[in-house]
Amino acid sequence: MRATRMLMFQLIRLVLLLAAVSIITFALISVSPIDPVQAYIGADMLRVGEEQRAAIAAYWGLDQPPIERFLHWLKAIVQGDMGTSMIYREPVLEVIKDRFAHSFVLLLAAWLLSGVIGFAAGSLAAMKQGTWIDRVIQWYCYALSSTPAFWAGLLLLIVFTVWLPIFPVGLAVPAGVSAEQVTWLDRLYHMVLPAITLSLVGISNIALHTREKLLEVLGSDYVRFARARGEQGFLLWRRHGARNIMLPAITLQFASFSELFGGAVLIEQVFSYPGLGQATVEASTRGDVPLLMGIVLFSTLFVFVGNAIAEWIYRLVDPRIKEGYRHET
Amino acid sequence: MTLLDIRDLSISFAMYDRWLRQTTQPVIQSLSLSLEAGEIVAVVGASGSGKSLLAHAILGLLPQNASVAGEIMFEGKPLTAAALSKLRGSKIALIPQSVQYLDPLMTVGKQVEQAARIGQPKALRQSIFRSFRLPEGAAKLYPFQLSGGMARRVLVSTAAVSGARLIIADEPTPGLDEAVIQETLRIFQDLSASGAAILFITHDLAAAAQIADRVAVLREGRLVDISPASSFAGMGEALSHPYTRALWQALPQHQFIEAVGWNDEA
Amino acid sequence: MRRSVYIRICVAAVLLLLPLLLAALLSSDRLATQLDQRNLAPGLEHLFGTDWLGRDMFTRTMKGLALSIGVGFLAAVASGLIAGSLGLMAATLGKTVDRIITWLIDLCLSVPHLVLLLLISFVLGGGVKGVVVAVALSHWPSLARLMRAEILALKASEYVLVAKQMGRSAWWIATRHMLPHLLPQFIVGTLLLFPHAILHEAAITFLGMGLSPHQPAIGIILSESMKYLSTGMWWLAFFPGLCLFVVVRAFDMLARSLYQFVDPARFQR
Repeated sequence: MRATRMLMFQLIRLVLLLAAVSIITFALISVSPIDPVQAYIGADMLRVGEEQRAAIAAYWGLDQPPIERFLHWLKAIVQGDMGTSMIYREPVLEVIKDRFAHSFVLLLAAWLLSGVIGFAAGSLAAMKQGTWIDRVIQWYCYALSSTPAFWAGLLLLIVFTVWLPIFPVGLAVPAGVSAEQVTWLDRLYHMVLPAITLSLVGISNIALHTREKLLEVLGSDYVRFARARGEQGFLLWRRHGARNIMLPAITLQFASFSELFGGAVLIEQVFSYPGLGQATVEASTRGDVPLLMGIVLFSTLFVFVGNAIAEWIYRLVDPRIKEGYRHET
Repeated sequence: MTLLDIRDLSISFAMYDRWLRQTTQPVIQSLSLSLEAGEIVAVVGASGSGKSLLAHAILGLLPQNASVAGEIMFEGKPLTAAALSKLRGSKIALIPQSVQYLDPLMTVGKQVEQAARIGQPKALRQSIFRSFRLPEGAAKLYPFQLSGGMARRVLVSTAAVSGARLIIADEPTPGLDEAVIQETLRIFQDLSASGAAILFITHDLAAAAQIADRVAVLREGRLVDISPASSFAGMGEALSHPYTRALWQALPQHQFIEAVGWNDEA
Repeated sequence: MRRSVYIRICVAAVLLLLPLLLAALLSSDRLATQLDQRNLAPGLEHLFGTDWLGRDMFTRTMKGLALSIGVGFLAAVASGLIAGSLGLMAATLGKTVDRIITWLIDLCLSVPHLVLLLLISFVLGGGVKGVVVAVALSHWPSLARLMRAEILALKASEYVLVAKQMGRSAWWIATRHMLPHLLPQFIVGTLLLFPHAILHEAAITFLGMGLSPHQPAIGIILSESMKYLSTGMWWLAFFPGLCLFVVVRAFDMLARSLYQFVDPARFQR
């Protein structure tokens, strides 16, 4: 019963959120000085006459007042039509689906990598609190959080493609090879550097958080008692440390989808990786309004899903909540 | 044979105030106390008198900003950090104050079994649970699901299964009904009869006088008096120290006399 | 402990002022195209080397840093003011206002930060104005939430309640009891926004939003350097990024060190 109620509640929240985001985005774009027709035509501006301009505007529905355009757009969205991307000349939904498929693997790899490394580093730092290991890890984390992600990507590019040419310069697949011939190994090979760079973005956050939480746990009465029973070192960490910091760490990792997406935008640009992040940059620099709005909504959904999963994990795993519910019913 | 010998122990805490100036806060001052094997010594004091810190100091579990002076000897050897890491849980066991001291995310049965150092953990845990009248189903519960009395018995079981020579019981009785208190005290007597020394830290002077061999009174971090338990009789005529006598006379079962600075934590 | 905090604050301050000073001192002549000085590796004459037009990278980097620090400063202060006033409003103007502002905070945090930045600077048509407004409008939520929580906690705190019972006026309580506690929190909170503001300014200029290619901004320098990476001109990307890193790190260190004074309890461990 409670589970369905929670799900319903989340769905209602999601609908309200998406509605609010789309209204605000639409309002922002309507008052913007950017002329989408000009953005669409680009450099060919001079050769296009007034009539052609009007035709293009009519084609995109730009000649109608904003409210009407919004309602029109909303109606289309509810029917699953997010409009057509001006740059890619394809339905927005198709572009997003296609691009996200590329980004998804990259995001997943980086997400797992940063989670595992961050958790391990944070645990180690806390267990060795005050030692040089702790200091090095902390220093490294603070340094990482001050490092522009795209600069880290550039450095890795210089080192691993120019000086030691062991990785390809970019793109998701080898150039000049038809889609059928691309193996998953090719894809993996092209993904290594971007994934490593993207994981750097998340590591420091999760590591510092894990360290903080573990220190809290290590200072708790139940760890003091565990120590009184003779537990120490790895055994203590495994029995009481890991168990108690795992949930908050996983939750944080799911709640970090926002930074992850932002990181992907930068990293895909550096590595010319044809994912959704690159499409975001294209859409905003070249004024592809339908695509940009689609991406804003999609990325909002992405962040929401991360947070919703975090809520569910707590609900399903933490015995204090799980068993508590069972006793109530 | 002297099992535990505390000589001139002082504990203080370093603190930083708003502008990062360092200040020190003394909590225990030049405390000396010794325990023979098979003996029960009660340390009685109000909350804030530094009782729990004494327990943590013996086990080497004080927070990092605490500094300790003085000497603690166990079986004639100094209790250094290295010695402690071998003795904790096997020769010295702690019975902590509250259910807060149990891992919230682990079933209590598992936690008791992990404390076992002699014999087969599960069988040991089961027999201890039986003798404490804890249902077998309790082993599958998480700490937050235990009632106050059950939690207390679980905490005592962790020490009972360890087979330790020295048991430090930190406030094991509050919140229990009279029958369970009596049972807990009986368990302590059984444990000491089998040769274990028990340092019984409490604010319950009546319970202390009932089972202890000697009663030490702690006030504001200083040990003011150590008297044999036999002196706690009648109106306390045999007690030499006025503070101790006042405490004894202030107990509800005696006539009510205004106690000296006695703040019960209940 | 106290001394090392002072030292850190001084080091950070010097690292922040240095690029501003150098940017003002270095002549713009060194930014002119000098075809005989093209693609030089770092040396005594050109500390950070030169680019494909013979421009001195050291001068470009320092001027870019000065611009970044300026933009970051403006944006962070604006963001801090937004956060402070919204936090204050949420905590004092009743339930409805509080609900609206809390909802606004959640809304802002529900869109990926960088997407929000790109959207706002796109809507404003780019330029320095677009970048400053975008960074200012996207960084306030966390600080606003903190300020709101702090004020609510203070309002419920014992000494404020006692002051109220003693018949002190709202103004007296606000200036004597709340301000001395809130102001340092607010200033340090705003300072902590700087590093983020600078990083995000660099990020969106790197992505091609905002500043024109003629302005020596770190983001643009790095974006341009991408074309020359394969030629082995590592210095084009290395030094400007390193300087950006040092500035961001210095800001972060400064803010954290000051935080230690404001809230020592957090740093007891």
